[in-house]
Amino acid sequence: MATNEQSVITIDGNEAAAYVAYRVNEVCAIYPITPSSAMAELADEWSAKGVKNIWGNSPEVIEMQSEGGAAGAVHGALQTGSLTTTFTASQGLMLMLPNMYKIAGELTPAVFHVAARALSAQALSIFGDHQDVMAARTTGFALLAASSVQEAHDFALIAQAATLRSRIPFIHFFDGFRTSHEVNKISLIPESVIREMIDDRLVLDHRERALNPDNPFIRGTAQNPDVYFQGRETVNPFYDSVPGIVAQEMREFAELTGREYAPVRYFGAKDADRVIVLMGSGAETAIETAEFLAESGGKTGVVQVSLYRPFPANDLLATIPAGVKRIAVLDRTKEPGATGEPLYQDVLVTYTEAFTEGRVGEIPKIVGGRYGLSSKEFTPAMVKTIFDNLELESPKNHFTIGIIDDVGGTSLEIDNAFGLDESGWTQALFYGLGADGTVGANKNSIKIIGENTDLFAQGYFVYDSKKSGAKTVSHLRFGKKPVRAPYLISSADFVACHQFNFVEKEEMLAQAKPGAVFLLNSPYGPDEVWDNLPQRVQKQVLAKGLKLFVIDAVEVARETGMAGRINTIMQTCFFALSGVLPRDEAIAAIKKAIEKTYSKKGRLVIDKNFNAVDRSLENLHEVSVPSAANAADGAFRGMPDSAPEFVRTVTQMMIEGRGDEIPVGAMPVDGTFPSGTSKYEKRNVSDRAAVWEPDLCIQCGNCGFVCPHSVIRSKFYHRENLEGAPAGFKSAPVNARGFPETKYSLEVYAEDCTACNLCYDVCPVTDRSGGGRAINVLKKPEDLDPLRDRISFFESLPNIARTEVNYSTVHGVQFLEPYFEFSGACAGCGETPYVKVLTQLFGDRLLVANATGCSSIYGGNLPTTPWTKDAAGRGPAWSNSLFEDNAEFGLGMRLTVDKQLSMARSLLERLRKEVGEALADEILTAPQELESEIGEQRVRVALLKDRLIGLDVPEAKHLFSLADQFVHRCVWLVGGDGWAYDIGSAGLDHALASGKNVNVLVLDTEVYSNTGGQMSKATPTAASAKFAAAGKRVGKKDLALQAISYGNVYVAQIAMGANPQQTLLAMREAEAYEGPSLVLAYSHCIAHGIDMEKGLLQQKLAVDSGYWPLIRYNPVLRKKGLNPFVLDSTKPAIPLRKYAYNELRYKVLTQTNPTEAETLMQLAQEIVDLRWKTYEEMAGFGAAAFRPVI
Amino acid sequence: MIDITTRYMDLELRSPLVVSANPLSQKVANIVAMEDAGAGAVVLFSLFEEQIRQEAAMVDEVYRATTNAFAEASDFFPSLEDYAVGPGQYLEIIRQAKEQTSIPIIASLNGVTPEGWIEYAKDIEQAGADALEINVYFIPADIRLRPDEVEQRYVDIVTMVRETISIPIAVKLNPYFSAIGNTALRLQEAGADALVLFNRFYQPDFDIEELKAVPNLDLSEPSEIRLPLLWIAVLYGRIPVSLAATTGVHGAREMIKYLLAGADVAMVASAILKNGIPWIGAILDDLETYMDAMNFISVGAFKGSMSQRHISDPTAYERSNYIQIVDSKAWR
Repeated sequence: MATNEQSVITIDGNEAAAYVAYRVNEVCAIYPITPSSAMAELADEWSAKGVKNIWGNSPEVIEMQSEGGAAGAVHGALQTGSLTTTFTASQGLMLMLPNMYKIAGELTPAVFHVAARALSAQALSIFGDHQDVMAARTTGFALLAASSVQEAHDFALIAQAATLRSRIPFIHFFDGFRTSHEVNKISLIPESVIREMIDDRLVLDHRERALNPDNPFIRGTAQNPDVYFQGRETVNPFYDSVPGIVAQEMREFAELTGREYAPVRYFGAKDADRVIVLMGSGAETAIETAEFLAESGGKTGVVQVSLYRPFPANDLLATIPAGVKRIAVLDRTKEPGATGEPLYQDVLVTYTEAFTEGRVGEIPKIVGGRYGLSSKEFTPAMVKTIFDNLELESPKNHFTIGIIDDVGGTSLEIDNAFGLDESGWTQALFYGLGADGTVGANKNSIKIIGENTDLFAQGYFVYDSKKSGAKTVSHLRFGKKPVRAPYLISSADFVACHQFNFVEKEEMLAQAKPGAVFLLNSPYGPDEVWDNLPQRVQKQVLAKGLKLFVIDAVEVARETGMAGRINTIMQTCFFALSGVLPRDEAIAAIKKAIEKTYSKKGRLVIDKNFNAVDRSLENLHEVSVPSAANAADGAFRGMPDSAPEFVRTVTQMMIEGRGDEIPVGAMPVDGTFPSGTSKYEKRNVSDRAAVWEPDLCIQCGNCGFVCPHSVIRSKFYHRENLEGAPAGFKSAPVNARGFPETKYSLEVYAEDCTACNLCYDVCPVTDRSGGGRAINVLKKPEDLDPLRDRISFFESLPNIARTEVNYSTVHGVQFLEPYFEFSGACAGCGETPYVKVLTQLFGDRLLVANATGCSSIYGGNLPTTPWTKDAAGRGPAWSNSLFEDNAEFGLGMRLTVDKQLSMARSLLERLRKEVGEALADEILTAPQELESEIGEQRVRVALLKDRLIGLDVPEAKHLFSLADQFVHRCVWLVGGDGWAYDIGSAGLDHALASGKNVNVLVLDTEVYSNTGGQMSKATPTAASAKFAAAGKRVGKKDLALQAISYGNVYVAQIAMGANPQQTLLAMREAEAYEGPSLVLAYSHCIAHGIDMEKGLLQQKLAVDSGYWPLIRYNPVLRKKGLNPFVLDSTKPAIPLRKYAYNELRYKVLTQTNPTEAETLMQLAQEIVDLRWKTYEEMAGFGAAAFRPVI
Repeated sequence: MIDITTRYMDLELRSPLVVSANPLSQKVANIVAMEDAGAGAVVLFSLFEEQIRQEAAMVDEVYRATTNAFAEASDFFPSLEDYAVGPGQYLEIIRQAKEQTSIPIIASLNGVTPEGWIEYAKDIEQAGADALEINVYFIPADIRLRPDEVEQRYVDIVTMVRETISIPIAVKLNPYFSAIGNTALRLQEAGADALVLFNRFYQPDFDIEELKAVPNLDLSEPSEIRLPLLWIAVLYGRIPVSLAATTGVHGAREMIKYLLAGADVAMVASAILKNGIPWIGAILDDLETYMDAMNFISVGAFKGSMSQRHISDPTAYERSNYIQIVDSKAWR
């Protein structure tokens, strides 16, 4: 029985695990990776706040440059006697594997806490499954699987206790997102229990075994064939003891807390004849279902495996009821080519061995199946289906559940009519935007309910993969019985729509239970809203008898001075309507939470929120629902006919949220997808868009140049082309002299515009009468058809030939088609304008290696992707390999280009007579510096290919396949600072040192933007970031100078907002240089804590302050005997603080530690001054001061 | 022994030189240096409610747009939740200044809303400020706004703050009221203990190439003392309030003029921004030299001696100023 008083807490799985891990360790070495990052961040935060472990000291937390680095540091700290941990997932765990063999081989106690996640194979996925931990099962680490938030908390401690006792290191894992991000109400392990579970004698033993010059020995020898094998076998007894030790620790834990666990547990009917064996969060679903079926006489059971390695074979045999005839073993992983997935194989071997040894008389029929890859839903209906499969005469083996496999026929057909009795819970769904605070408010509601009542609570949050206009769906359950339901809500008592425009495009009410409450944030009042609902929604409301409520939350927010902040208002309405708590009690609890949240923001803010709560209740109205639908049957606007079939069918289903229904046969077999699909997904994320004023415009091209989403396009054309222009199509005389018949048009793809305002910000023209500019961001019209007609007409205008464009000016570049458009990047993104310009300049002959990070997500996350092609079918060939290897990956591309060109040249020499000597010579000697020369070469290559078709010799076929290489190809390696400065640093260094013609574009946001603002070596002094909460004390790495030190690397530092012309020049010079190039691009980012509309201004201030000097180092100049180092920006005109303190990343420290902030700001200023001085001196040197270049 | 002490509101000051609101007081070390140099009191830089609100809105927006918005990143900043937007830092400066100095510390508040005035005035009093200077800084750009409404706005603010706090209140006035004397009287009746004449507005300049208004603030010049000088001379002794002169005090000369006109204190900012904090000592030395030469044993001995009350024909004083100016050589 529990002897310790336990408090309850509402937290997610990451926090639950980290809470314990922090308290039983002394060192944490980590690297951020989704979905485990939060564990490390919490540890760092606690350490910074001085939270103590059970020995009364604060663990040392260090962020490393990669997971490989983290594992190395963990190994070192362990070997010298520290209790050390790390937190990771997926590719991170893969990078740790080499060290894990070492740590296990040396019998070193440690626990790695893993939020288990899919691996990058045909595609990256951030979501949960067991592929990563299964790939680590050969390392010698024990594997302990938690299936819930409570278990993630408890097993973190049990693993630590067991590793100390057994000396075998543990991976403690739980399902990424499903458990790591699920918020649930759990019992908190008291500090006293943690204390009791950890035996200090074992800690001292660990320290005793450590490397120590006062008692020296060597560990890590190299062994020869004579002894290595024996050495490897020495550990067997240790492994044999682990299941027993784990079981013992679990018993002790149960004594202390009342929560009983075992390495293998059985749930369900005592007389079960069918059982499912599995581990992880799916076990909860399976157990609930098996027990539900058993209640009505079903002979169903579940065996939950918690300890997976060392595999507790005896426990498994002892646990499975004797009468079991059929077993389905489920693996949340995929091992292509194997005889079965790992757990299935282990169960089979267990039975086979037992049978062989006579310990069991017969072997049940055992089948294996795969489920839940990449967080694929795993529901009670699926569990029921698996039990049904076991009842068949010949149950399907190697089955899949949760997908439709029309290729291999592996999938089981799911009985979707089946569901568990969920009447004990109130289930609520909330549809909101990432930026509207819906998820935050819901997390807050769960805490209010979970921690103020005896109700149990669960929250799970689904995000879409876009960074602008991202939709969120919150799934909340409350009830008197514990919520063990790790799957999405399909039968909601309450549905809230926080954005009115969702009624048109989102399917929200399919999951509503009959009689449910539907709360709508609506600009229309209770009397008007019905007439403004689509027919589909009206019918659903009527058919299900939903109770419809409306509130104009936007207006209430405006009235109460909370403009734009609807979350508190909608949260209040939820409490008022859902009945989870008595209304008065709920409101009092919300107000208490507000006081807690805003305690540091002052009474005014608190009162404003209180007022918003009160006003919400006054403005919440029930709608008297008419008896019939009266809206017209609005047709869903699908994909245009021009879209490729794949897009119209497969992609469309993903966009509609029906991706789960896509069968295996519709998916590409090798992860290859068509280019340019984002143009078909008109997301309309904003109700505003840029609008061009032709009369004011000076046609400078600035707006299009900086547009992060490539929605602003320009063309010039003969005025005759205007014939047939739709009403409202705008044009102006081109503002170049001597072309009276030429017109200019600028068109805005308003449905793709995010209204970021950067275009307005850079527009140099102001309307002297009205104050507007030549481009303004205005509310979009309700009827978008005329706008679509204008865009169609614009697209029908002739494109400007690439040979006719002046590439050297911003004005000229506006006429180049971008090959990167309508990405899912944040509104006002500071990275994408550079990417877009890169594609404008070189897009039709560009190979891109893209490091994992923001740019690979907005560049390559389904359903639609922005890298596109032109009418001739040419465009960037883009790929993402990994995070750490991008430089090598890109270098590999270059090697192919060079090799294939060399092969092509050789073949052409051999076939010169057959194809025509003149043509061969022209191709082999053609200059390709100018776009016109590229165009001419393309014509020659086409002619060559024509001639090769007629030649029936093997060389001709090979040359035909290689001939395109005769057109100069550009290889660019694109990635963020996390890649270039940290994890990919060594590879980047090597690629630059290779001398090969690779071009590197570093989109430098100075933090890990994609994973949430963790410090990188690009993070500047005085800024705070995660893992540098107290302000970065070390200076940013000067990557430019490092690269310059090679002498033969072209290096540029650019900032579009400060000098777009220099940006253009640098990118062109980098490409033109026949060697390695490095372009460092200042990229403002939401992680800077700025008003994103002012991102370009911040770039300018960064340059004006001397923080980001604009430079170009061109080895070509050195070859000519000139100074290769050019400083393009002028002397600092403002102090650093004038730039820095516009950004929260700097300012936050002035609040939390003003003295330190001042010290660091002065240090940062000194660094800026020194760097400027260095650069200024370099700019004044003669050529001889720099390394000579051959 | 020359006595340069003075009384401002109910505060006993060691000298009539008060440092008016300026950025130097953002650092407590500077306030200590001001005391060391001889300042009688320090008016802290202004706490601007609007600035707090703007910053709060920005922090709120950043927090909202970046928190719980993405699957991979539930937030982006290590301690944004704890980011205290509000008067906290300002109040901390008051506390520290009080701990580290013995001269009166006068806070300066520029509110926007009634709640802002009340809330922050309370905070300031609780933090230990010896007095509060109300810096209304209101430009009535709305042409429908009547003069009496503008005046009433000032009176309402003073009334509201007076009801909220018990420390002395000074009101910093601008010179653009149609009847400054009456406004001053009404403010005193509403609870003002001192009037500070006058506030200098930031008057934007125009960039004629960019066609933009450019914020601009030039330091004051000694020649600017005349308008305050006139009104201090007019008001002295006629309304039971303390008078503080601000604008244009660059040396003892201007300070002496203000004292002669009837000011209890003269406030200095531009001169020390230009010449450094030790300049305070230089001004006071010169004041003592002057008093010694003039045989004034105390500030009280000559304060207000050139005020309107002490002129034999006050009406003439009022007219003569105009006549003297238009008749001066400067116009010839």
